[in-house]
Amino acid sequence: MSEQLAEREPLLEVDDVTIKFGGVVALNGVDFTLYKGEILGLIGPNGAGKTTCFNTITGVARPTTGTIRFRGEKVVGKKRFQITRMGIARTFQNIRLFPEMTALENVLVGADARHKTSVVGALFRLYRVRVKPEELTEVTATGGMTRLAQQLSRTGQRFFGLSRHILEERAARAKGMELLQLVGIEGRAGELARNLAYGEQRRLEIARALATEPHLLCLDEPAAGFNPAEKESLLALIRKIRDTGVSILLIEHDMRLVMGVTDRIVVLEFGKKIAEGSPSEVRDNPAVIAAYLGVPTDAA
Amino acid sequence: MNFQFLGDHFVSLTVTGLTQGAIYALVALGYTLVYGVLRLINFAHSEVFMIGTFVTTIIWAGLGFSVGDAAPGTLGVIGLIVIAMIAAGAASGATALVVERVAYRPLRKRNAPSLIFLISAIGASVALSEAVGALTDRQPRGMPTLVVPKVQFSFLGADVTNLQLGIFFSALAMMIGLDIFINRTRLGRGVRAVAQNPDVAALMGVNKDRIIMLIFILGGAMAGAAAVLYDIKVGLTTYSVGFLLGIKAFTAAVLGGIGNLRGALLGGLLLGVVENYGAGVFGNQWMDVVAFMMLVVVLLFRPTGLLGESLGRARA
Amino acid sequence: MSTIMSSLRRADEGRARAMTGLRSRWSSLPRAWRIGAIGAFMVLLYSLPGLNIPLIKTPDTDFTSVLFLCAVYVLVAVGLNVVIGLAGLLDLGYIGFYAVGAYTVAILGSPNSPVVVKFPWIVCVPIAIAVAMLSGVLLGWPTLRLRGDYLAIVTLGFGEIIRVFALNSNITNGNRGINGVPVPSEANWPSWMTWFPYVSSEKQIFSVSNVIGFYWLALTLVVLCILGVRRLERSRVGRSWLAIREDEEAAEVMGVPTFKYKLWAFAIGAALGGLSGALFFSKQTFINAQGFDLFTSILWVAAVVIGGAGNQLGVAVGAILLAYLPERFREFADYRLLIFGVALIVMTIFRPQGLLPSRRRSVELEDRAKEASVVE
Ligand SMILES: Nc1ncnc2c1ncn2[C@@H]1O[C@H](COP(=O)(O)OP(=O)(O)O)[C@@H](O)[C@H]1O
Ligand SMILES: [Mg+2]
Repeated sequence: MSEQLAEREPLLEVDDVTIKFGGVVALNGVDFTLYKGEILGLIGPNGAGKTTCFNTITGVARPTTGTIRFRGEKVVGKKRFQITRMGIARTFQNIRLFPEMTALENVLVGADARHKTSVVGALFRLYRVRVKPEELTEVTATGGMTRLAQQLSRTGQRFFGLSRHILEERAARAKGMELLQLVGIEGRAGELARNLAYGEQRRLEIARALATEPHLLCLDEPAAGFNPAEKESLLALIRKIRDTGVSILLIEHDMRLVMGVTDRIVVLEFGKKIAEGSPSEVRDNPAVIAAYLGVPTDAA
Repeated sequence: MNFQFLGDHFVSLTVTGLTQGAIYALVALGYTLVYGVLRLINFAHSEVFMIGTFVTTIIWAGLGFSVGDAAPGTLGVIGLIVIAMIAAGAASGATALVVERVAYRPLRKRNAPSLIFLISAIGASVALSEAVGALTDRQPRGMPTLVVPKVQFSFLGADVTNLQLGIFFSALAMMIGLDIFINRTRLGRGVRAVAQNPDVAALMGVNKDRIIMLIFILGGAMAGAAAVLYDIKVGLTTYSVGFLLGIKAFTAAVLGGIGNLRGALLGGLLLGVVENYGAGVFGNQWMDVVAFMMLVVVLLFRPTGLLGESLGRARA
Repeated sequence: MSTIMSSLRRADEGRARAMTGLRSRWSSLPRAWRIGAIGAFMVLLYSLPGLNIPLIKTPDTDFTSVLFLCAVYVLVAVGLNVVIGLAGLLDLGYIGFYAVGAYTVAILGSPNSPVVVKFPWIVCVPIAIAVAMLSGVLLGWPTLRLRGDYLAIVTLGFGEIIRVFALNSNITNGNRGINGVPVPSEANWPSWMTWFPYVSSEKQIFSVSNVIGFYWLALTLVVLCILGVRRLERSRVGRSWLAIREDEEAAEVMGVPTFKYKLWAFAIGAALGGLSGALFFSKQTFINAQGFDLFTSILWVAAVVIGGAGNQLGVAVGAILLAYLPERFREFADYRLLIFGVALIVMTIFRPQGLLPSRRRSVELEDRAKEASVVE
């Protein structure tokens, strides 16, 4: 396995990252590499610095020293939305959806990261795109003003095409529904995010992150508060996402869950990396056992 | 631009600025206290100050001392000022409390967003100033000259009057008193606790509603005291007097770091001094422009004001 | 694919269900009906000056002038709503942009201004909009990074700076002001228009004695601007604004360039403010610093919130009330602000979501109230 890794393409390189909050050293010289196509677990006791590590990767917090590269490009110093557009997406440990938007709209916000329509474009819609006949407005009404209106807009679209805005919007809604289907909540698309059940909200966060079309998806304790059955279906989802070609960085408290799904694991304690390796290597590592000693493996 | 003037009158502009700034600072305390605890711009605070200016004149008139009367002896003057401070402080404190009760508390109970609070505050502000406007026929009201400015001493070529000294040091004394109250007493600790974390404070047995009433009363009383000093200094008040002064005082609070008591003092004094320099250089009419420009510049470099926010950490 | 489309349709239906009473009944009407109803309403609006509706007429003021004022205030509210209602930025000095727009037209168009270029109105107004927009960007660039509450005081300061500048600068003629602000056109009404009461063919379209031309122009601009803002609202732009309002950091992490969108909101708001000012003072033909006090600016904010921030129809109603009621009830002139102040307090207590709230806001408020009652 490890000689294969050496040939694989590194996607995310975290190099000697240290971050201090006042006196607290939340991360202390952490380095690890995530290779393309793998699921890397990031584990450690509470307060070990896992979330902080996500924050430095996604630009939410700026490391005091150290560098982070994504597909060879420096991440530190970039704006958060730029990092997202580079292809890193994340979820939050404490769910941070847009509560007054519907599930679908939440996903659309993520999808907007790839949209080209500008403010001026959305207002004047001057950027027209020629459309295929099947994309024209269908004439469905049997008569009256409505039919006339439909015919008129169909004719208009033949001559002037459709604005890029409309096309993007259509495509995004279709893609959004697909993603909701992927995470299994397509039936709740029209519901306000705050009305979703807890587990649905966690899944919606994943769908929203995927909508930004990431190369790397960072999941911060996605199974927190889940029962075993829910955890099992989440595992299946994570594998499915990986199979679509997205690499995954997974923070998880539940050792068993991490062991079952990850290719490799990085262990943090008090801001320091204390171990790295395959699940079985990590499980047998004395330092890791010590770190988790007295802490039940099911601490979540 | 007249830098020559600024150079020639630097010290005297500073002295006038400090006097004006002391009044800003006293009013700013009210904004800062309320903001520190409730994260709310108490827009009606300017009217709390305005009420104080009127109560002062009413009290003095009630004591048989009106426009044109000669000032009584030193003791009499001090007596009049002290009585006015108590009365205006009480009236302004009570006004602030009423505003809290009528305009804010119902919203607080419903956890309304801050924009709604602001509208209610604007409503309270408009209602108060217009009510006084209707009662006074929108006429300005004059005041007897209580203190005839007399030069006490000269400092680096600038004359310092008894009036200026009096205003500056009585404002300073009150602010020090408030600072001690907040930082050293049990009630003050309650205020800081609520400012830092209302929920934790409630768990520890601090009565949040009482603390909120307290800060409105304290802020109101400070505004009332400022109103007396303002009356003595300007000798004239009107129903709309609070508007610009309130904006300036709020600017001072933000400048120093809103929620921070010592920040209010620093912000007030700095604002008073700098706008006076600005007036010296560019002319009186540009005074407010200089004041706001300074605010923007300071916020650009120190986004939380000069001394930073937080009443809870006022001592830091 | 077809299952996706059908769930998509279900999603839209679910969304419609979330709406309340009147609104859902309205959106369930056939499209043709809705268009027809809006058309009839527009006809009514355009013909208001000619109709003799007894109760709503203003006794002491020319009714068409009042209608014009209402239209200008609605334009102001539509612009301010972009800033406050959509982007959630508290701008208390909006009148500054209004002043910039108005003065730009006056300075460039009037023969009596210190700058004697005397451009025609149609040239002045786009420049005025551009200058107002630029001033919005210049103000927003340094200050939009600040926290929300600070923005309030900084914008207040901006409004005051503009006023002081207008009062003391040479280019604005100080307090003497500038007269001869250009009107949109010197032409007379064409003869075929004379079927309409108040229009006669010898009269200028835009004259001080009969302002129906101004009213129609203002109303047309209002409609165009409302449609434009509606387009933005229903695009990625409106979505981004909403996301920023709800959780700015999360929005940024999801790829929304938050600063850029806030700046756009500011610029668009400023442009509309500038247009309103330009329009209003084209009718006044005289401008000085008197009309730009901060107090008016604060009343505008109140009108937007009371009408229902975030909902264009709501803010329009708020603006109309603010413009119309004082003219209708002149006899209460001395007490009108007092009544207004009390009304604001009462409104925030009993109807904090505004008269015609946006759906999201009323839901949000209910939610917060529920949370609060749980905590108690
Ligand atoms: N913004 C911050 N300011 C101060 N301390 C912080 C901040 N963020 C994280 N920390 C501290 O860093 C440490 C690591 O926290 P975190 O990354 O959340 O741990 P984990 O996610 O592994 O449970 C904690 O001690 C926490 O208190
Ligand atoms: Mg964590």
